[in-house]
This record gives sequence, C-alpha cells and structure tokens, in this order.
Amino acid sequence: MSIKNYDGPPDYRNVGIHGMSPATTHDEKARFNFLAHMNRHLASNILPGVKTAYETRVEPKNPKPNHRNQVRKALLEDPLFQHWSALRRNTMELRQQAGRWVTLRQAEDLNTKAEEMTKDDPRLILDSDLELPKYLSSIDHHCMPGSYHDELVPGDVTGAANYDVGIFVTTGGGLGRFSDGGGEAVVAWMKENRPDFAPKRILDIGGGLGQNVLPIAKAYPDAEVVCVDTGAPVLRYGLARAKSMGVENVTFLQANAEDLSMYPDGHFDWVQSTMFLHETSVKSMPRIMKESHRLLSPGGLVMHVEQPQYAPDMPLYEQAIRDWDAFYNNEPFWTKLHELDLDQWMIDAGFTRDELVHGGVAAVVDASLFPEHANDEVEDYGRKAAWHIIGGQKAA
Amino acid sequence: MNQPIDPLKLAGAKPKGKRPFFLQNQDTEKVLAVTMAVAQELAVMRERLDTVERLLEAKGVTQDDIENFTPTKAQAEQRGAWTQEYLARILRIYQQEIEGLEKPNEPSSEEIGHELAKDE
Repeated sequence: MSIKNYDGPPDYRNVGIHGMSPATTHDEKARFNFLAHMNRHLASNILPGVKTAYETRVEPKNPKPNHRNQVRKALLEDPLFQHWSALRRNTMELRQQAGRWVTLRQAEDLNTKAEEMTKDDPRLILDSDLELPKYLSSIDHHCMPGSYHDELVPGDVTGAANYDVGIFVTTGGGLGRFSDGGGEAVVAWMKENRPDFAPKRILDIGGGLGQNVLPIAKAYPDAEVVCVDTGAPVLRYGLARAKSMGVENVTFLQANAEDLSMYPDGHFDWVQSTMFLHETSVKSMPRIMKESHRLLSPGGLVMHVEQPQYAPDMPLYEQAIRDWDAFYNNEPFWTKLHELDLDQWMIDAGFTRDELVHGGVAAVVDASLFPEHANDEVEDYGRKAAWHIIGGQKAA
Repeated sequence: MNQPIDPLKLAGAKPKGKRPFFLQNQDTEKVLAVTMAVAQELAVMRERLDTVERLLEAKGVTQDDIENFTPTKAQAEQRGAWTQEYLARILRIYQQEIEGLEKPNEPSSEEIGHELAKDE
C-alpha cells in the first residue's frame, strides 16, 4: 500500500555517501528520520498554531508593538510559544547528541581515514597558531558542542563529521543529498545571470567543510578554488571529503577571513560566502567585506548568501520568529545582521552603488528524492532552504 | 597518549552558551525533554521492528521462536551495553545541567549578541 500525497521528509537512507561518511547503523538512521520528522512537525503543525496564538491572545494584550523584540518578549509569556520553543530547542540538542554518538563511537576510524587521505597533501594548509575570532570562541553555534574548531584529540575530525552526518535533520533533507543545495543554487544563479563568467580563482570564506563550494568547484573545473575557515577539523575533513567525491581543485586553508594578506590585491575573480556572515559580528564583518573587496579582480564578483533581511515590510511577528535561532539556538549575531543595511556595508567596503548585485535563490536538489523548498508552502522561518544574495561586481 | 574518546560521556555534551528554558516551570521542561527523547527511541524501535517483521515474514520465523529465545552471555552483554547507551541518551538534560553548574555566570546568546553587535 503506498501513501498518497506523502509530504514528509525523505528517508535518511537517501543521503549521499562519500569517502568520509561515518557509518550509521539502522537505529542511527532511524533516529535521524525521527528528528527530521520532529522538525517538520514543529514547522508545519505547531508553528502555525503559534501564529494563531499570537493573533488571538498575545497581540490583543500587546497592541501595536514597534520592534520585533517586543513581539518576542510577549510571545515568551504564551504557553504555546513556550512549548514550541522547548521542543525546538530540545530537538536540536537531540540532533547534536545523535550525530555525536555516531561520530564519536568511530572517532579513531574517522580520524585515521582523514589523516591518510590528507597527509602531505599541499591542498591542506593549517595554521595551529591562528587565534579564533571572538564570534566563534564565545559560543558553540547552533548548539554544536565544540563548534567547528575543537579537537578532542590531535587530528580530530569528529566535530566536522557530526555537522555533515546530521545536517539532513534540520531542513528535513531540504539541502539535498550532499547538503550542497545552497552551492548548487549559487551555481544555477551564476550560469543564468552571468553565463560567460569564467573565473580563474575562486575564494569561499567561512566555507566550513566545503559542502557548498564543491558544486562551484565542479561547475568551474579549471578554476583554482580556496575554501577558508578558522576550524582545522572542518578543513581536514573537507579535503578528504572533496577528494573522495572526485573534486580535486579545492585547497582548504585555515585562516581568518578578516586577514588574507597571503594573497595579493585582485587575486580572486569570485569571492563567495554561503550562510557565513550571520555567524560573525559587527566588528569583524566590515573587515571581512573590505578584505573581500581588496582580493577581488576587476570584473570579479562577491556574493554573500543569507536568509532575507528584516525589511520594513516584513511583519514584526515574522521577524520575531526568525530571530528565534539568534536567542535560543546559539546564533547570537543573527538578529543584528538581519537588520543591517547590507547595501551600505558593501559600499563602505569599497563598492559603488551601481556595482551592487541582488538576487534570490532556493536550494537545488534531486527533486525525485528531496523536497524542493522553492515550491514548499511550509515555512520554518529562518531555516527554509531559500536565500537572498547580496553581492557586488567590481567594474572591469 | 591521548585519553580514548568516550561517546557515552561526550555525545550529550552541553554546547557553550547558557541554555534557555521556556516553560513556566523548569522541572516540567526537563520532563518534556526526557519524554521527547523516549518518543524518539520508540520511533527508532518501531522502524527497526518493522524491518524485522518484514524480513521474518519472508523467512518463516514463528512467534514461538521469538517467545522462547534466550540470549547467550555475550548477547546479554551486548544488550546491557545498549541499555547503557540508551540511558545516557534519554537523560541528556541532566548531564548538561550538571556540566552547566561549572559555569554559573555563562553569558547567553542574547548577551553575546549585544557584545558582538558593539562597534567598540
């Protein structure tokens, strides 16, 4: 008997396997299935009720708020928002625990494999003296213990493997088989909007384990691609993962995107960040943007992909719900980033207003297996796999 | 020589950043966390049982075979280890509260957000 009009997450067993994929048992796969369903359930069945609760019993008592923080604080008093929040936080913690269980129980195998696959490879450039920026050292983003950088033992990659093995859960497969729907979307945008663009050197900043830069590297196979991140575990894991997937033109560099002085002015034709800026800070972001502008060649493109900004026409309720991850899922800069005038920040970094580039993209996935968020009516605010582009193209 | 990585202790580790609570009563929220972890494990078991039932059906295993099964010592130890992992998983909330006791003044994401949003 087949289920008609099934609209839940795909089975975890559809997730793509590469050479660094941790092994998962039947129960571990089932656990990820349950958690993907939990997130989907919270978004499609509970969150609409939170909106109703807001309209019927929160807003009448708190009329005419003038800022999203007032809405959020009023919501915090509502029992349904409380329970939705408690469940959403708890589901993220369960997801981290589930992924860590998978990767820690096979830590030695994973670490040995990464070591063997990256040993003496010039495409892994680590800097053990690199100081972590405050925006990373002060909190573990999205409740991921150890964040992108902690090593339980020298050469540890389990944190990166945990990120990779469980990202399916948060979007219910919305990022595609290899969690690269964002990168695929950027490639599709570029091919449609800049069909003749032929970058020789591409820089991905805050690229983590490189899941979103691999589609770019594959689409431009003659380009030299550099994936920069401050975390050694993600870079180590990322190179091994890329090689196992047959992508050979990416170098993984441990550095702070605020200072890439190892590269001369105009070195890159394309500087990309995908869901990175919201994990930085007001102090660091202008330095990152200026450095990106400096590194860009004439005619080159900078592209930052993020969730939509809190424009004046976005209802305060939606802004408050989008802020949830900032306050309750350890994404502290999220709220500030989304209220900034990013156009002005790009101009302050060196672009003219005429050089700015805007666009919108949705995750590109294998639609026979995975949900296409472009056509998905369920809105899990802040987590939907559809984003805005804020970019700049230097005059040639 | 490094200490071996112990997934029982580390899988449920507390992330950096003070945990927010939402319900009127923190104790209730802890019970909810335990309940949802149990709900998760029930779903896991249901999926496994479904796999087993579908496989067995094709191979002619009977109800009597299942009722009269006695594990060997090694099998019983494997089951015991499974139960240890199970308890560590569903009681994560207490592990994290205990880990958090070491940092009573830990700043929240909201507080760090204010800090990170400052120009100077």
